[in-house]
Order: sequence, then structure tokens, then C-alpha cells
Amino acid sequence: MPARTVLQPSDITRALTRISHEILESNRGGSDLVILGIPTRGVVLAERVGAILESIEPGSGTVGTLDITMYRDDLGRNLTRTPRPTRIPPGGIDGKTVVLVDDVLFSGRTIRAALDAMVDLGRPRAVRLAVLVDRGHRELPIRADFVGKNLPSSLAERINVRLDEIDGVEEVTIEP
Amino acid sequence: MRHLLSTKDLAREEAIVILDVAEDMAEVAGREVPRLPALRGKTVVNLFYEDSTRTRISFEAAAKRLSADVINFSAKGSSVSKGESLKDTAQTLAAMGADAVVVRHPASGAPDVLARGGWIDAGIVNAGDGTHEHPTQALLDAFTIRRRLHGAAARGHGLDGCRVTIVGDILHSRVARSNVWLLTALGARVSLVAPATLMPVALDRWPVELGYDLDAAIAAGPDVIMMLRIQAERMHDAFFPNAREYSRQWGLDDERMAALPERSMIMHPGPMNRGLEISAGAADSPRSTIREQVANGVSVRMAVLYLLLSGAMEGKA
Repeated sequence: MPARTVLQPSDITRALTRISHEILESNRGGSDLVILGIPTRGVVLAERVGAILESIEPGSGTVGTLDITMYRDDLGRNLTRTPRPTRIPPGGIDGKTVVLVDDVLFSGRTIRAALDAMVDLGRPRAVRLAVLVDRGHRELPIRADFVGKNLPSSLAERINVRLDEIDGVEEVTIEP
Repeated sequence: MRHLLSTKDLAREEAIVILDVAEDMAEVAGREVPRLPALRGKTVVNLFYEDSTRTRISFEAAAKRLSADVINFSAKGSSVSKGESLKDTAQTLAAMGADAVVVRHPASGAPDVLARGGWIDAGIVNAGDGTHEHPTQALLDAFTIRRRLHGAAARGHGLDGCRVTIVGDILHSRVARSNVWLLTALGARVSLVAPATLMPVALDRWPVELGYDLDAAIAAGPDVIMMLRIQAERMHDAFFPNAREYSRQWGLDDERMAALPERSMIMHPGPMNRGLEISAGAADSPRSTIREQVANGVSVRMAVLYLLLSGAMEGKA
């Protein structure tokens, strides 16, 4: 069976716009917000969310990236992964509300690693999680605060998020 | 990457991966908690059969910043002074569960023997073997040059077109050998300048230009001038008449430094013989990268240990 498209480009844009509004709503405005993308595709999504936030409320779209390679719990089991740069905005994350952005929420292990990585960088006031797709099958007690689309899936299926900036196409597909 | 024994078998892409990872490691140093959990539970043994300050401390700091356990072993005060062989020492370390062994040895090829001997399963890092190679020093030199040339945007770059002149005791220098292979692989043009007595024989297969006149080399305006230490401990012959004569002909003094172009970097792998191969004025000038080299050494060694110990990199034995 071929891959089935579950999100079109316009769906992705709408989901990110809604997530941005929800972030501002739950934060009661745009002050002290830091949006951190998790490489690779989380970085692109974070930049887009940042741009939308900026258009709604200027000054609220502070964006950075958080690499979690060194904090993974499966480092010894797989091929060596080369780390990506971590870029924390000049104001740091101390006392800020940090919104982590990733493409797919699956086992929750990436987010566990991200929380560890953040402890070494400072002490945020609160940490929230925004994902484009939540596919279930959590292995850790972690949930997302802002979700683009809930996509109940079987473990055998593959979810592919492709974004224009990286893949040249814009879609979310599910492969059996 | 399984072992790091020599820069000769590092391809350009592999070298750039190591330097890029080192950039990420350098960022960690500026953090509130300069420590990563990547090598938690791994044991790194520093096996030093030869004296060293900066290399050993640098490897120790690198391993600790990656949360590895470090065991320091120096030949003085160990069973080596009772006559224990390299094989027995290696088997002892294997029995203790070492994951990586950083080895410095006065005999060229000792790390290679460890890696191929089948006595120990750990990853081997050559931290200087005789007059053969010192790969992490060359990597940190390349990293330092690349950072000075490209600044924060250094990732992914080689050293294409950069002209590097290495001066001094080439014959005994493992740093020079490692640098020749690595810098050339990264696209730099290397020339060697030394008295004929301190130039190795059979250089026809090295990808370098040779010179015997330091003033001519300086007049050519190199991007980097790397002064090597006169290794008195390895000199059992008269290679030059005396120290003053060497310093006058081959030392980088204040006058020669003034003749260098403004952009030229002055490098030295340390430890320096101030007043012999390099004057205090040159060593302490803003063009000198000597202290940066030491700081970058930790980042580069973190990158090497990380790539060696976290899973298997494809395509490299």
C-alpha cells in the first residue's frame, strides 16, 4: 500500500498558526517566551512558529535550537550520531517559558533527553511542548501541550514529516 | 571510527566531521554546566610511557567533560619499571574493562601494536608515538587555523588554499608528520623549512615543498607559521653547532615576526623553548595562537573520544 498523505501544506500552516495562538493564550501574552527547536525538523518548525508569533505580537518570537544528541539514552546502541549546534538566544532561558518544538512525538525519549539538556543550560520558569504530530506509543510519562494533529498509528506504520526547507516538499504521510 | 592512530588514513570528510563535532564541544565549555552525559559509564585510560603535561591533562579534561571515568597511568611508579611488557599491561587494562586507551609511547608504532595485537578490545587513541605521529595535536592545529580563518561560520569548511610553513626539528617531530597529512587532506599547502641536518631523508613522497632558508619562507608570506620544539632529549648527535647559532638562523625572533604579514598566525605545539626556536615577543603576541591551541585541544579530544566511544561510525575500521 502506498504512503497516505495526512497533512497537506495548508494543513501544516493552519496547525502551526493555531499552535502559535495557543502558546500566546496559555502564556497570557508574548513576554519571556523562548521557542527551542529540536534538530532536525523541529528547528524549521520552531522558526515558523517564531515568525507567526512575531506577526501576532512583535517581540515574542525568540527562537533557538536545542541539540539532544549527547543526552540520548541509546548512544551506545546505534551508529555514532554527529551532534548539531545548540543555539540559545542571548537572553538565555533562566526564568523564561520555554516551548520545545519537535515534528513527531512518539516514545517520548527525545523529549526526556531535551529536558536533561536544558537542565545544563539554565532553569526555565516553565517548559511546554509543541509537536506537529502526536502518534502515540509513549514509553515515558510525557505529553504534549500543543499538538498539530493526533495521529493514532500502529507500531508498524511509519510517519514521515517532510518540510519545504529540508526536503523540498511539504507533507505528512503515513506508510504501512 | 574504531581507533585514531594516524592522520594519514583520515579522509577529508572524516577530518571535517571531527572538527565540526569539536565546534559543538567548544560551545559546551562556555555553559553554566560544561559537562555532557554522552560517555557516562565508559572508562578512558591514559597510558603514558613518556612525560607529558598538556596532552595528558587535556585528554583527562576531555573525558571528564563527557562524564567518562578516567584512569591515569604513567610508566614511572608502575609495574613497567619492574619490566612489565606492553602486552601484559594491555591485558591488565582489558581485564579492568577499559573502553578507550589513550597511549603515548617513545616507540613509533606502539599504538598500532596495541590496536592490532588482539590483547585489548578498547578503542586506541594515539597521543604521540616516538617520531611517528600525534594525530590529536594536528587536529587541534587544524581546528585552531580554521577558527581563526572562518570564525563562527567554520563548520563544514576545509583549509583550502591556506599556506602553512612548518619550521624547525622536522626530523624528530611527530607533530610535523601528523600535520603534513592532515593539513594536506584538508586542502592546505604545507612547506617545511629546517636545517638540512634536521630534515628527514626520503621526503619525495611527502606532499610538501622544502626550504632551507627561514627568511625566504617568511618573505613568501605564509598564512601560518608553525615553530617546532628542538627535541634535545631525542638528539644524540650534533645537529647544529649550538643553541645561539640555531636561534639566529632558524628561530622566530622579533625581527622576523615584524617581517611576517599582519594576517599570519604563529603556532607552536608546546612546550616552548623560549629564546631558542621562538622569542618571548613572538610567543606572547596577539598573532600567536599558542594559548588557543591548548584550549581547543580539549574540544578536539572530546570530539575524538565521543566519535570513538559512542557506537560505530560507518566506513572506518
